[in-house]
This record gives sequence, structure tokens and C-alpha cells, in this order.
Amino acid sequence: MKPATIINVLVVATLLVAPYWLNAYWVDVLNSIGIYAVLALSLNVILGYAGLFHMGHAAFFAVGTYTTAILNTQFGIPVLWLMPLSGLTAGFFALLVARPIIHLRGDYLLIVTIGIVEIVRIALVNNVFGITGGSNGIFGINRPELFGYVIRTPHEFYYLIFGFAAITVLLFLRLENSRFGRALNYIREDDVAAEGSGIDAAHYKLVAFVLGAFWAGMAGTIFAAKMTIVSPQSFTFWESVVMFTIVILGGSGNIRGVLLGAFLIVGLPEVFREFAGARMLVFGAAMILMMIFRPKGILPAQPRTYNLDFLAGPRGGGK
Amino acid sequence: MSASPLLRLSQLTKSFGGVMAVNQVSFDVDHGTIVGLIGPNGAGKTTVFNLITGNYRPDSGEILFDGRNIVNMRTNRIVTLGIARTFQTIRLFQNMSALENVLAGCHCRMRSGAIGAMLRLPWQKREERQALEIAVGELEFVGLRSQLDQAARNLSYGNQRLLEIARALATKPRFLILDEPAGGMNDYETQVLVDLINQIRERGITVLLIEHDMNLVMKICEKLVVLEYGVMIAQGAPMEIQKDQRVIDAYLGAPDDDEDEDF
Repeated sequence: MKPATIINVLVVATLLVAPYWLNAYWVDVLNSIGIYAVLALSLNVILGYAGLFHMGHAAFFAVGTYTTAILNTQFGIPVLWLMPLSGLTAGFFALLVARPIIHLRGDYLLIVTIGIVEIVRIALVNNVFGITGGSNGIFGINRPELFGYVIRTPHEFYYLIFGFAAITVLLFLRLENSRFGRALNYIREDDVAAEGSGIDAAHYKLVAFVLGAFWAGMAGTIFAAKMTIVSPQSFTFWESVVMFTIVILGGSGNIRGVLLGAFLIVGLPEVFREFAGARMLVFGAAMILMMIFRPKGILPAQPRTYNLDFLAGPRGGGK
Repeated sequence: MSASPLLRLSQLTKSFGGVMAVNQVSFDVDHGTIVGLIGPNGAGKTTVFNLITGNYRPDSGEILFDGRNIVNMRTNRIVTLGIARTFQTIRLFQNMSALENVLAGCHCRMRSGAIGAMLRLPWQKREERQALEIAVGELEFVGLRSQLDQAARNLSYGNQRLLEIARALATKPRFLILDEPAGGMNDYETQVLVDLINQIRERGITVLLIEHDMNLVMKICEKLVVLEYGVMIAQGAPMEIQKDQRVIDAYLGAPDDDEDEDF
């Protein structure tokens, strides 16, 4: 077996059995990591593959979370049924807000997306349409139910969250190694050349936004179910920064890197709790060191490999 | 000559600020020919290319491709119609492999999207295989098959130009626009390029090229169009152009300097 395969197997096995040795507190930390991992993977489609500096991902997460919270508390629709709907709502919201700004580049896009996340948060605080519960938020969200089994404890949530994360990883790996994934990379590398090669850059950027938002919206459903209370404090600009940092620091465009980033960015501050007041200082110093020594992230994106065995010997293009 | 040309520019005009980059330029490119666009630096040659490929919008005038007006069409749409190009300043996806660069050209002839990729449907896999086959074939055609997994930035300058041609050919064009394809090539590489352009024509692809290497231009072009200060000052067979006094004064007589137009 290749070393990479062995590492994969070990990581998956460890994650499968980890909750048996951990108390509720640490499982809850892992659950947070899991949700951030899914959010960062969804941001990775926009920021990592397509290279769009999007700092407002918390806005899409918020739309998904509130969709679940509102529909569950108002109409009693089972939480997990709301997952695709929350994804669609977030995706539709992304379509509306990304469309006019899709041509912006780099820092300009960054600033506008920061604006979006603030607008959403303030709209939630101001109880827009009278359905978001203002700054108190919404409480009393039902526990999710899977095949008649109600998920309550952190240990139970652990398997729901990491199950969803596993599906996300599998699907996004396929996405990365496809025409769609390549198209986003071409746009990141040089969008004029991409258009000159026949790729509709504006369309693909928009689809990247919608897909990333769709996934963040679905993560919102799980978040709402886990918290049972949602409020605007969970969707501040800082949340967007955390997701952004996970992707950039872990290795943008690399799923393994993003997963590792989620563990480090969300997990390390917990580990560093013994430093008490200095923990964020230690954490910040660690981040600075990593950016100095690994500027492309801890695990930079690897080139794709193609199996060309099916091509029997040399053959001519048009000769 | 067939009744209607593959490409017809009529009264094409484009100005930047107060500068007339292209002024009332009209010429035809017939099916299956190799046409050269020549002129001193800053004459507006690359601007004409950028107008054809939709990178710029003309102020006025028409561009008919196969009888269809392509003015105001988006670049990627124009590529899909069958016009492919290379860039004067090489614009490859530098950090990606040669193979993936050519796969970019295959993109517009493929259909699978994000959902197809996630579900990995049978036809999606088949399409991927076909694209790989085409991409490897085009790399073979330009002589880069052995370097298909090299990152584009690691290829020599001449090979990067060839890779751009392979990427353009992978879009299955009917019309190929080459912007200084021999730029930065040595004599041997230029000779290989001449053979390659002739082979491209044999595949039924019409070629329009900008080139400062007069030797190359005189050897392979059936027709030349000469621009100076955005105005077309002559067009015709290479032999006639060589004798044209205005062209000699404006360009051929002048020493060849290698400053590049910007794009």
C-alpha cells in the first residue's frame, strides 16, 4: 500500500473509534471541527479551486441555518428533511448576491463579500420580515431524527456530522477531478486564457458560488439541529475569517489540507487552553510561523494524475 | 475560391482614447488558406485579433464568421463557434501540466457539469476518456506527448508556444489565429513550426497569423494583409506585397525591431 493510503485508513479508523475514549466535551470539540470542515470544504470550491477571494461564507451558512430554524419551529418540518431545502435557499441567495459582483477581482471581491456577511447579520439582528427573532434568535429547534432514531448526545451527533463530512469529501474529490474542477482551476490561473479556450468564466464562477453556498446551507441544517438555538452571534464576520483561514492555511485547493486546517484552526485553541489568556497569542504565533514556512498552506494542492493506460500506444491527433 | 469567405472583416474600427488602433479595416480570409497579418509594431495587428476573438468590442464595423456576425459575442461563445487563438505573450496555465492545458481546449466540446462529476455517471466517465484521448492526440501532433505531465512553466519557450497551439487545436476549431507563433523560436524550431502550420492547414483548418519573421510569412502565406497605424495599406499575394512601394516604406524596408505590442 502507498503511504498516502495507509495514512487515509489510519485517519478514518481513528475518527471512527475516537468518541469511545473521549468525554462529551472533547466530542463536542470534534463536532465543531466537523462542521467547520464541511464549511471550509464548501468554501474551498470558491476560494481554493476558483481562486475567488470570498470572505462572506458565514452569510450563506446563516441563510441555511435560519431556513432550517424557521421552517422547523414554525411548521414542524423534520430537521433533516430541511437539509436540501436549506441548501437550495442558501444557493439561491448566493445566486442573487454573487451575480452582480462576479466580475470583481481579488481584493475588491473580498471587500464586497465582507459587506454581504455584515448585511445578513444585521438583517437577522433587526428581525427582518419579523421571522428571525432579532438578536435573541430562534430557539426550540427539534432534534434530528434518522430512521426513527433521535440524535441527542454529542456522541450521536458526532456520527451524523462526520458521516456528512465523509460524503462531502467523497463528492468533492470527484468534483475536483472533473471537467468542472479543472474549469475552476483554469479560471484561477488565468481567466482571459480560460475564456480564450472556450470556458465561460462568469458562468463557472457563479456556479462555484452557488455550489459552495448550497453546501454551507446544508451544514447550517446540522448546525441548527446541534445547537437547537440559533442567533446572529454565530454568523459574524469572524466566522467567515475562520473559514477563510482554514482554507488558506490548510492548503487551498487541497481537500486533505482543508481538513487538516479545520482540525488545527478549530482544535488547537482548545488544546492551548492551558495557556489560559495567552492561548490566542500562541495560536497566532503558530499561524504566522506556518505562513512563513508553508506559504501555499500546510498541504499545498497536488497536481492531478490521469490514468492514460487505456491509450494503446502512440496515436496521432490529426496526422 | 468559394463564394463566401470563412471570415470577413468589414469597416472594422476600434479606438483607445484618442488613438485609432484599428481604422476601417476590411479583408477576407478564404476557407482553407493561410493568411498573414503583418505590419510594424503598434500597427494594430493584435488589436484586430482581439476584436475577432471578442476580447475587445469594435466601435463600428462587422466581423462575419461563416456568414454570421460575431461582434458583441462573448469570447467563449466565439471559441465554441470554431475560432481558436494563441496569445502573443504566452498565456498558459503555468502551474498545470501540459496535458491539463490541452484539456482546457477540450472543455467547450464536453458537456458534463458539477452534478455529473459528483455522481460519476457512465457517460461522464466516457466523456473524460474521450477528452484525454483528444488531448494526448493534440500533444502528439505538436510533438509534446513525452512531456505531457510537465508543468507548463517548466517547458522551453518554443515548447510553450507549441503547447498553446495544441490547446487551441483541442477546441476543434475551423479557424485558428496565431499571434507571433515563431516569437522567441530559433531557426530549427521555426522550421518545425512551418511544417506544423502546413499540417494544420491539411487538417482543413484555416489559419490567420501575425508574424515578424518575413521568411516564414513569405513561405507559408497565400495572402498577406499589411497594417500601418491601424489602417490597411495593402493586401494580396506575398510576391505582390514584397514589391509594393508603400509596404516597403512602411515596414519591409524598415529594420526589424522586436518590441512587443501589449496584450
